[in-house]
Amino acid sequence: MTLTRTILAVAAVGVAAMLACHGAGAAESESPPQLKWSFAGPFGLYDEAQLQRGFKVYREVCQNCHGLSLLAFYNLADPGGPGYSAAQATAIAGEYQVTDGPNDQGEMFQRPGRAADHFPPPFPNEQAARVRYNAVPPDFSVIAKARTYERGFPWFVIDMFSQYQEHGVDYIAAYVNGYEDAPSGFNLPDGSYYNKYFPGHSTAMPKPLVDGQVDYTDGTPAKGEQYAKDVSAFLMWVAEPHLEVRKRIGFQVMIFLIVFAGLLYFTKKKVWAEVGGHA
Amino acid sequence: MSGHSTYQPQSRFMKWFEARLPIAGLIHSSFVAYPTPRNLNYWWTFGGILSFMLGVQFVTGIVLAMHYTPHVDHAFNSVEHIMRDVNYGWLLRYLHANGASMFFLAGYIHVFRGLYYGSYKDPREVLWILGVILLLLMIATGFMGYVLPWGQMSFWAATVITNLFSAIPLVGESVVTWLWGGYSVGNPTLNRFYSLHYLLPFVIAGVVVLHVWALHVAGQNNPAGIDAKAKQDTVAFTPYATIKDAFFLVCFCVLYAWFVFYVPNYMGHADNYIQANPQVTPTHIVPEWYYLPFYAILRAIPSKLGGVTMLLASIAILAFVPWLDTSRVKSASYRPLYRQFFWIFVLVCVGLGWLGSKPAEGGYVIAARILTAWYFIHFVIILPLLGLFETPKPLPSSISEAVLREGVPIGASGPAPGRDKARP
Repeated sequence: MTLTRTILAVAAVGVAAMLACHGAGAAESESPPQLKWSFAGPFGLYDEAQLQRGFKVYREVCQNCHGLSLLAFYNLADPGGPGYSAAQATAIAGEYQVTDGPNDQGEMFQRPGRAADHFPPPFPNEQAARVRYNAVPPDFSVIAKARTYERGFPWFVIDMFSQYQEHGVDYIAAYVNGYEDAPSGFNLPDGSYYNKYFPGHSTAMPKPLVDGQVDYTDGTPAKGEQYAKDVSAFLMWVAEPHLEVRKRIGFQVMIFLIVFAGLLYFTKKKVWAEVGGHA
Repeated sequence: MSGHSTYQPQSRFMKWFEARLPIAGLIHSSFVAYPTPRNLNYWWTFGGILSFMLGVQFVTGIVLAMHYTPHVDHAFNSVEHIMRDVNYGWLLRYLHANGASMFFLAGYIHVFRGLYYGSYKDPREVLWILGVILLLLMIATGFMGYVLPWGQMSFWAATVITNLFSAIPLVGESVVTWLWGGYSVGNPTLNRFYSLHYLLPFVIAGVVVLHVWALHVAGQNNPAGIDAKAKQDTVAFTPYATIKDAFFLVCFCVLYAWFVFYVPNYMGHADNYIQANPQVTPTHIVPEWYYLPFYAILRAIPSKLGGVTMLLASIAILAFVPWLDTSRVKSASYRPLYRQFFWIFVLVCVGLGWLGSKPAEGGYVIAARILTAWYFIHFVIILPLLGLFETPKPLPSSISEAVLREGVPIGASGPAPGRDKARP
């Protein structure tokens, strides 16, 4: 038996075992559909209009329960973001009331937000949230990177090369519209809702988005699916605000490294030619 | 092999300086005149790549440490502060986090290269054992670094791994309390991990110096696995090895940059973007990919003490390989049977890695037990027996003959299985 055949045989057995095991361990939550995102791929960029729509959805719906503690108002005017001007970001900040202090009398006080402020939390502490919602709604600052779904073999290997990394946004977009009636026999606890994408299917959040709930002024259809997509894109930017510059620098670095490697290769060839060209 | 320095200082200043501290001569004899076998293939460039990665981790890590706060209430947000507010902080952090993965990737290739070409054999046993110590130090350093962002996986990995010490009979519980600095993983744990994560890389650097020293005493092994005898068997380190190392290092950096710039979170876990919460256990607690084979071995054993023992044994056994392998022939190129078992062993390690990422239940556990058994059988049964029963192929009489045979350098494309068909 040649070496190649041995290795192929062992590898084949291994892959077969993996697939068998995978089949056995599968049947959890349904995988969310893969959507098209403007920021996917090596040249991906955020769609400013989409981020602004997503921000609108966040403000009118999500914000009641979910914080953005790591985001400052001035970030809204950062390059590679939703494209607001500094004046617009300051104006948005002014629409919020933030807690400041203590003042000279030792009292905490409320004042309109400034560009340097972070988004104020939706509730003063976790206990307050629990009283109101019977759960602590998670902060949204990095949620697009904190959520994912199982890809399984061989997809998790392919993702490395295809650069698919929008697991989080695909999941979120599917989740907010993934509400269904619980199948018969499913034991849904009181105050929980059935969601086909949520791990375990029993989620504490009621269906958040319905068609027509948020007004879109740019002609984009005011549909639940569109809201979900837009707010997911917005959350991706919140979680990864430097994505655009990362990919842009990445391309420059790649070009440099490949050209440099080519030059080194030919230099190496010439140097080694002096000793017979081997190795 | 490095022999006496042939460095001749030219300027008056260097003559004066060299008479007082002959460091230029040391550098010259170690990295310029140092004779390297002329048949080294690209698998021999990973030592240089590892040195580069250590440097990258030092530079990025020291700058990250300037912005990081080692406190349970601030660590998570300080990492996000680096990602958002620090100039190019996202780049530093992604370089450092993916740098750890690249470091391990290069490290494992380096170890497998040593196993394939018998680089651990006489006279390189001490060199090899220093390498095993480096691997252990890397594992410890990487683990403590992963705890620092204080996400869910950080916290629970720290809890699971430190709890392993409770398996020690009699004093286990006390040892764990001592490691934690309290009665659970908490702020004292994070603080000491930060301190040690900063310290251990310097220990690694020190052992690397010993590793390179031992290498330069014994001389490099090579794909033919025979000693350099004559001058035409070797070339000077500079420019020949330097330029080759540089070329492949840049190729390696293309891979590194791919991860850093395009899929920076591929190697990580989504759960680690959730702040550590002692009240909530993640569904699956999974270590970083580079620990997965060891994690699979740990969980394959039904008893806790047994699992921990096997986990440690799986690394410690590497130190005994020079004496477990009884063959006189070093290179697998001339060992037809060992070559097959080597590749099976590689697949077993990859398989263990995959199983380590799966929940410890049902068929996964059975598969993990079989592969764990094979992992040890490879070292304690196959390696000693092969040397006794295998008939090696005839060795070339010298490195230069090995290079000139077939007009192609041996293993120029490394231990690729397809090439072997050409040989009788």
